[in-house]
Amino acid sequence: MSTDILNSDYKYGFFTDIETEAFPKGLSEDIVRMISAKKEEPTWLLDFRLKAYAHWLKMATPKWAHLEIPDIDYQALYYYSAPKKKVDAVGSLDEIDPELLATFAKLGIPLNEQKRISGVAVDAVFDSVSVATTHKAELEKVGVIFCSISEAVKEHPELVKKYLGTVVPHSDNFYAALNAAVFSDGSFVYIPKGVKCPLDLSTYFRINAKETGQFERTLIVAEEGSFVNYLEGCTAPQRDENQLHAAIVELIAMDDAEIKYSTVQNWYAGDKNGLGGIYNFVTKRGNCLGKNSKISWTQVEAGSAITWKYPSCNLIGDNSEGAFYSVALTNNFMQADTGTKMVHIGKNTKSTIISKGISAEQSENNYRGLVKINPSATGARNYSQCDSMLIGNKARANTFPYIDVKNNTAIVEHEASTSRISEEQLFYLQSRGLSEEKCISMIVNGFCKDVFKELPLEFAVEAVKLIEMKLENSIG
Amino acid sequence: MIEIKNLHAKIGDKEILKGINLTVKAGEVHAIMGPNGSGKSTLSKVIAGHPSYEVSGGTITYKINSKDRDLFELEADERAKSGIFLGFQYPVEIPGVSNFTFLLESFNEICKFNGAPEMSSSDFRKFLKPKLELLEMNEAFLDRPVNTGFSGGEKKKNEILQMAVLNPRLALLDETDSGLDIDALKIVAKGVNSLKSRFNATILVTHYQRLLDFIVPDHVHVLYQGQIIRSGGKELALELEEKGYEWLIKEHAEKKQ
Repeated sequence: MSTDILNSDYKYGFFTDIETEAFPKGLSEDIVRMISAKKEEPTWLLDFRLKAYAHWLKMATPKWAHLEIPDIDYQALYYYSAPKKKVDAVGSLDEIDPELLATFAKLGIPLNEQKRISGVAVDAVFDSVSVATTHKAELEKVGVIFCSISEAVKEHPELVKKYLGTVVPHSDNFYAALNAAVFSDGSFVYIPKGVKCPLDLSTYFRINAKETGQFERTLIVAEEGSFVNYLEGCTAPQRDENQLHAAIVELIAMDDAEIKYSTVQNWYAGDKNGLGGIYNFVTKRGNCLGKNSKISWTQVEAGSAITWKYPSCNLIGDNSEGAFYSVALTNNFMQADTGTKMVHIGKNTKSTIISKGISAEQSENNYRGLVKINPSATGARNYSQCDSMLIGNKARANTFPYIDVKNNTAIVEHEASTSRISEEQLFYLQSRGLSEEKCISMIVNGFCKDVFKELPLEFAVEAVKLIEMKLENSIG
Repeated sequence: MIEIKNLHAKIGDKEILKGINLTVKAGEVHAIMGPNGSGKSTLSKVIAGHPSYEVSGGTITYKINSKDRDLFELEADERAKSGIFLGFQYPVEIPGVSNFTFLLESFNEICKFNGAPEMSSSDFRKFLKPKLELLEMNEAFLDRPVNTGFSGGEKKKNEILQMAVLNPRLALLDETDSGLDIDALKIVAKGVNSLKSRFNATILVTHYQRLLDFIVPDHVHVLYQGQIIRSGGKELALELEEKGYEWLIKEHAEKKQ
């Protein structure tokens, strides 16, 4: 089997030439204060940022991941960049720069009333700010709050103050501290008691400006008995320089509440020689606070030069459930160290981990996971399955599963496999008239099926296409 | 339909086929027999285009629509699209891909190649129904992942189902009878027989004569050490059943001297 992986064109690699307002390069207490002032934030939030910044200064870059991360000069980045001609997201869509509307339309995210995707409300984030949120009125009718986090700070300060930083504290890790200091926007979702959110909610993140870090922060609170399906997509222009994306997502589920969080991550991954691409250093965590609460993370990680990401669940409420379904694809010189942490605290808590890693060319794909059963977690159960698939002879895959059981009533199962697309599989399918490319995409899609079926339908279709596109010309 | 001349093939440095000559015409059934390791499976894989084998000499000419094609110019998938089908001795598992999706994609690829309209998935389900019945297969079979967790018999039936769907011009059936009990063997044979016509041909690769009781060949060839050492009619198979291969091998050795 030949292993010439060519780079398929990254169709989201365009740049929107738009007038922006940016703060001076570099990070200092002044920049943190400027961001806060720009957003007209209350003192408590400024204090939160300053505390995080002070803490960050004392922290070092984490080195434990199986990644080679070049040193990042944090003084060479812009920490705030926003389109100039942007009105407050509360305003009507008519007031948005048509250039921005066109950008999102080109990305397949129409924001116009007439053209927008039915059944899905979208919060569109462009560099440091949210530019629009659709379907707001419809959601307000049932009491669902879906807006940018900046707006939430103004309109619902009591909610933001109550929950911000409660799942991922500012001191959690290096990138989380950085985010807490300089986060500029992101989405806020609040689902009131007993409400099944009538629409899927979605945030689309777009990095556009050069040498700009994107630090968004998302907070989702699902009150007792509520349900929400949340989708996240991301793209960035094609550039030779690396760009930093350090986000935080916090989820909170009360009694009997359920949050399903899905991501299709397609940040620019660099070219086939490993030049450029996004550094995706993200902290995502959910607290299943209430009894019988459920949080599931489903991710399709197909972009970024380096991915460092472990969407996790703290299973605090009795009978609560956490799940992590992941497909991570790396090719060329991409590196991924991704997985999850499931921390069992409540009684009879359950967690499921299904991870599928696909590595092609010279890429490196690592699964890293922790299943921790605390002494209090009587009757806890975990099932983990980590499968890796290698395409060609140069790609690498590693699995680092950590299991820490402190309660002997727990049942923890772990299965792992590594496979290579075999010549026999390819020949079998080819001998039925399928081209080599089609065979590979069929084998890969079959491999990922257990994860794809967890995605909402449209997202699943997009994910399949994305994986196919990423593997196009992968052999031949 | 297919003309093999002085075919040599090797895997690595090991030559396995050492000058095969074989001509198969439309409407015919040929049986390739021989002891283990004689090169029977290699021959069928080389015809189907397995990339592990290197053809080191000879030609295979395949006649499609009264045109002669050099088979070595075609990739495995192009050979399949042109009507060559290999029924595997050990069908390969493809986890996560449903039998139905696999059959539909394969069928439509072949339709597309031949300029025929593609079939919708609902029409295809209807189209499959009588074929499943012919092979006494349950419809639930379609929704299982390709060959994954199938019993030996199910795998072989699945090969014949694929053959029935793809309707090849030249079917190569590699040890289709191995691992089948007599009931399953009868069903598989019924399937193969029902697909026979004057427009297509079948090459059965088999170790045992048993299969030939149910699928009666027009020609029988004995392969030994990469060469056909004897050809005959169906009675040759019966003779082999009775006397084994030893006498032929001995005769062949004497001739060589």
